[in-house]
Amino acid sequence: MNFEVHYLMGPFLGIVFAPLLPGIINKVKAFYAGRRGPPLLQLYFDLFKLLSKGAVYSSSTSWLFRAGPVITFSTILAALFIIPFGSSAPIAFTGDLLLVFYLLGMARFFTVIAAMDTGSSFEGMGASREVQFSAFAEPGLFITFAAMARLTGCLSLSDIFQSITPELWTAQAPALVLGAVVLSIILLAENARIPVDDPNTHLELTMIHEVMVLDHGGPDFALILYSSALKLWLFASWLAGIVIPRFDTTIPARYAAMFVGVILACIVTGTIESIMARLRLLRIPQLLIGAGTLGLVAFLLACQGGVSP
Amino acid sequence: MNDLLLILVILSNLRLLASSRLGACIKWAAWQGILLGLLTITAAWPHPPIQTWVLAIVAASLKGLAFPWLLFRTLRRVQVRREIEPYIGFNLSLGIGLVLLLIAFSLARRLPLPEGLDSEFWIPAAFFSLLTGLLLIVARKTAVMQVIGYLVLENGIFAYGAGAARHAPLLLEMGILLDLFVAVFVMGIALFHIARDFDHINVDRLVSLKE
Repeated sequence: MNFEVHYLMGPFLGIVFAPLLPGIINKVKAFYAGRRGPPLLQLYFDLFKLLSKGAVYSSSTSWLFRAGPVITFSTILAALFIIPFGSSAPIAFTGDLLLVFYLLGMARFFTVIAAMDTGSSFEGMGASREVQFSAFAEPGLFITFAAMARLTGCLSLSDIFQSITPELWTAQAPALVLGAVVLSIILLAENARIPVDDPNTHLELTMIHEVMVLDHGGPDFALILYSSALKLWLFASWLAGIVIPRFDTTIPARYAAMFVGVILACIVTGTIESIMARLRLLRIPQLLIGAGTLGLVAFLLACQGGVSP
Repeated sequence: MNDLLLILVILSNLRLLASSRLGACIKWAAWQGILLGLLTITAAWPHPPIQTWVLAIVAASLKGLAFPWLLFRTLRRVQVRREIEPYIGFNLSLGIGLVLLLIAFSLARRLPLPEGLDSEFWIPAAFFSLLTGLLLIVARKTAVMQVIGYLVLENGIFAYGAGAARHAPLLLEMGILLDLFVAVFVMGIALFHIARDFDHINVDRLVSLKE
């Protein structure tokens, strides 16, 4: 595939605007609660503050604890270059979707291993939950993208999202809607959002993601916050890529459409967080299995009418 | 349009398998009945004959209004809200449901489509409803769930017939619906008596009635 300079626009937008997304979600939640809420750019301020601090390391931790945030950040940054945003991604090859899933898996692995490295039972509990729920979420993600690959007849993320056109939407709407529903459930689960995890709480028994990063401080914590914002950006751009089909317009218009789509995904997330209660911990696997089931139905529907890759 | 309705039927079956609340299950089975009524009409769409309209309206009002009413009345009397300990858990039922869905889709590839069915989801949706009904009957302990399973099973048969309803005599379909009505009516009364005499409607304990 020919490389064009504007392909770099997607990752660039992600790197610059990702910390905006949690701000948008918080603003939406504040709107529903009738509060003013933290400023839109709060995460930028937080990142700046944390980066100018020094880090403190417990004497019981090893190099794994220091490597964790760096590796997590760099794997998610690498994944960002494979995710198409508006046009093709800078790096695109057949089967690159598997690479993205494994990069995300690697990011999770190092977050978990750094949490385990502290030796705190509290963080170990969070790590165990994170791994348990991702074991339910990942098959759903795989099967949904299998359905998308089957629908479009492509095996590269860039080609798949290139092929989701208005024509495909008119022909295969049910499968695409199911795919979008599954992706939004997995977005909520993977980004520690409300029906699965509450990003606001500390020291609660139902905490999952927050509990794993309690011992990180300063620049390390900044990297963790930044990479979770990037991960949210990544999932939101997947969702936007499915929901907003590729119209036959100019390239800047496509980027603008995707950007609006990502913002909308955040507004929807904020709305869901405002109107739903967190699920009981025992119910979360059921939610994720349900999502995976819908993904499989989407795959079966795609098999009836799709193109074999 | 047919595709969409049939996919909704498939999804409602999955919802039935995953739910433990009896009230929610009754509602979903009712929605499925209404969907089937709509399907009967859309299957014959450009010019549905009068008997199709009659069949659709009778079926939708029976399955969508009369049965839920009867079942909710029973539910109120027997004081049971949810399925506590099914033989097969809800996640596992969903998993088995997926396998059944795969079987339904693979069966659909082998069976020739009856004349006049324009959607390729007819047979999978019909078979899947049938298999879901059977699964619900064997997997759940509460007798109300077994009535629902029986209804879902019949919905599957009805869905299969709905596509060909133009060719089937109206009298036959009406007879089946009447049988169904009587069955649900009698089961409701029987459940009430069982609940009154034994304080529960769990079928696993009915075995001891033999002695």
